[in-house]
Amino acid sequence: MLIEALFYVFGAILVAASLAVITARNPVYSALALVMCFVTSAAIWLLLEAEFLAVVLVLVYVGAVMVLFLFVVMMLDINLAELRQGFTRFAWLGWLTALAVIVEIVGVVWARGGLGIDASRGATPEPAGYSNTLELGRVLYTRYAYPLELAAMLLLVAIVAAIALTMRHRAGLKYQDVSRQVAVRREERLRIVKMDAEKRP
Amino acid sequence: MITLAQLLTLSAIVFSLAIAGIFLNRKNMILLLMCVELLLLAANFNFIAFSRYLSDINGQVFVFFVLTVAAAESAIGLAILVVLFRERGSINVEDLNTLKG
Repeated sequence: MLIEALFYVFGAILVAASLAVITARNPVYSALALVMCFVTSAAIWLLLEAEFLAVVLVLVYVGAVMVLFLFVVMMLDINLAELRQGFTRFAWLGWLTALAVIVEIVGVVWARGGLGIDASRGATPEPAGYSNTLELGRVLYTRYAYPLELAAMLLLVAIVAAIALTMRHRAGLKYQDVSRQVAVRREERLRIVKMDAEKRP
Repeated sequence: MITLAQLLTLSAIVFSLAIAGIFLNRKNMILLLMCVELLLLAANFNFIAFSRYLSDINGQVFVFFVLTVAAAESAIGLAILVVLFRERGSINVEDLNTLKG
């Protein structure tokens, strides 16, 4: 009962924060509302006993990705008036699409036998001493070991790509070029001069 | 007790709000990226809901990978955005017509 009440509270906050994300006048407010979305989602995931992912969502998304978003939003000097222009022009189409999607999905979910499983029951609670993190780690490092390494590689590629894209080469900067240093040959550095021997006075 | 239908409804509402956001903010590239994050969050909700209600941990592993890919996507997207702003001085999507697409 308490869990259901909490679910409704967090769900209402989540929907309100999502509305704020898409309608806020200032991108900074949108980013902050998105932080609110992630935090309330993490709370709902905790209610669902998916503790590890809830913590990861707060750490990775609120702690890293949203800070990156806020950083970029505040760093760029954006002309907001121009971007807001025509905000209401296709708004009706957007709301209509949203309404259609909601009606379709809700219709399938709430129709009797729509999903092929009984959607009106609750999850079976995990027994005492059950560790979500332990179970997740158990499959992640055995069955999904290769996908995990691929994910790590993907993150590495993303780091390199992001740095390579935003790195600026300024003219007149003095820095070492390691490949040229390694590829240097003797003739470029050393010159042997032939000269006559001096006579002893 | 939270039922599966309630969770799927909540995720459907968040998903469609994000779709509406893409329609509303179609000029502002930062908000488009944020709406994509919201879409992925709604999809993750479905993964976790089914994982819990079918007692299958594999769904949560998929959420883990989706989070990884989403983090990579937003990092590269924001990097492209910064480069774009440096080149053009604007992040209006309608200004991106160099390819005449």
